[in-house]
Amino acid sequence: MSQILNSGKPAPDFTLQVTPDQKLSLSELRGRPVILAFYPADWSPVCGDQMALYNEILSEFQKHNAELLGISVDGPWCHAAFAKDRHLHFPLLADFEPKGEVAKKYGAYRAGDGFCERALFVIDKKGMISWSYCSPVGINPGAEGILQALEELPK
Amino acid sequence: MASLKVPVTSVDHIQGSAHAPITLVEYGDYECPHCGLAYPIIKRVQNHFGERLRFVFRNFPLKEIHPNAEAAAESAEFAALNERFWEMHDGIFENQEAIGLPLLFELAENLGLPAPNLRAALASQEFGPRVRDDFRGGVRSGVNGTPTFFINGQRHDGPFELEDLVEAIENIARLP
Repeated sequence: MSQILNSGKPAPDFTLQVTPDQKLSLSELRGRPVILAFYPADWSPVCGDQMALYNEILSEFQKHNAELLGISVDGPWCHAAFAKDRHLHFPLLADFEPKGEVAKKYGAYRAGDGFCERALFVIDKKGMISWSYCSPVGINPGAEGILQALEELPK
Repeated sequence: MASLKVPVTSVDHIQGSAHAPITLVEYGDYECPHCGLAYPIIKRVQNHFGERLRFVFRNFPLKEIHPNAEAAAESAEFAALNERFWEMHDGIFENQEAIGLPLLFELAENLGLPAPNLRAALASQEFGPRVRDDFRGGVRSGVNGTPTFFINGQRHDGPFELEDLVEAIENIARLP
């Protein structure tokens, strides 16, 4: 498993494609908490996969004014099709070119496999990592850790 | 290891004795095909352990991907108010391929519960808060998809065929 960035470090900024014709930078979200959820791939074959679960509990994240961003190495058209199929109501970022560059900055890239770890980061409103967690790639980490980290953020 | 944060109480839907040494909790979604697969397996797990096991079902509807899951969960809660929870629960899973309002109304009528009453309860979301409480408690306990099982409070990760569950239960409950 990779060594992911720990709490207390500044979250590396990035700009990624969020739709085929739009980009999003982490720094645009400064001033509110951000949840970064790196995950291996779109189209995992189970119901209630990690992104579907987060989609169901967006309102709990929003209570903390937090923005959720999913990130994988899939391209923006793939993300668009996946988000439409699963009715996802949050952005999926494409760490597609150069492949995995952002995941590498966060220590969340699996070089041998060519995809991201299941790595979670909660970033505070000043852009510092306040919590991070890397789950075994076969195990959906759920949302409990994220909710706890959001509750522990200074108001 | 994730663990159950909401203890089993009399508010829960429980099959089996409060004195059973094993408690198996399922967080499930009536429209999830994996939960449909788990349904007959749970019956066999219950047969296997007999009075040593109690089974608890809690709601975890994934509404965005399963458009009938919430109505099904609320319908089972409606039946519970009339002491018919398990009949409704079983009826939905046994007819999962036909899940939808017509099935839910038919199952209610078959249990002697007037369909118009169920329709009104669904329209007013009378049982919505109950279902949401189950869901929130599940999230806090580390439910990460459906079905998620807890054996004596400990999350079971991995496959849930009969032999997997029996082995996991025997390991956790330290049964002979």
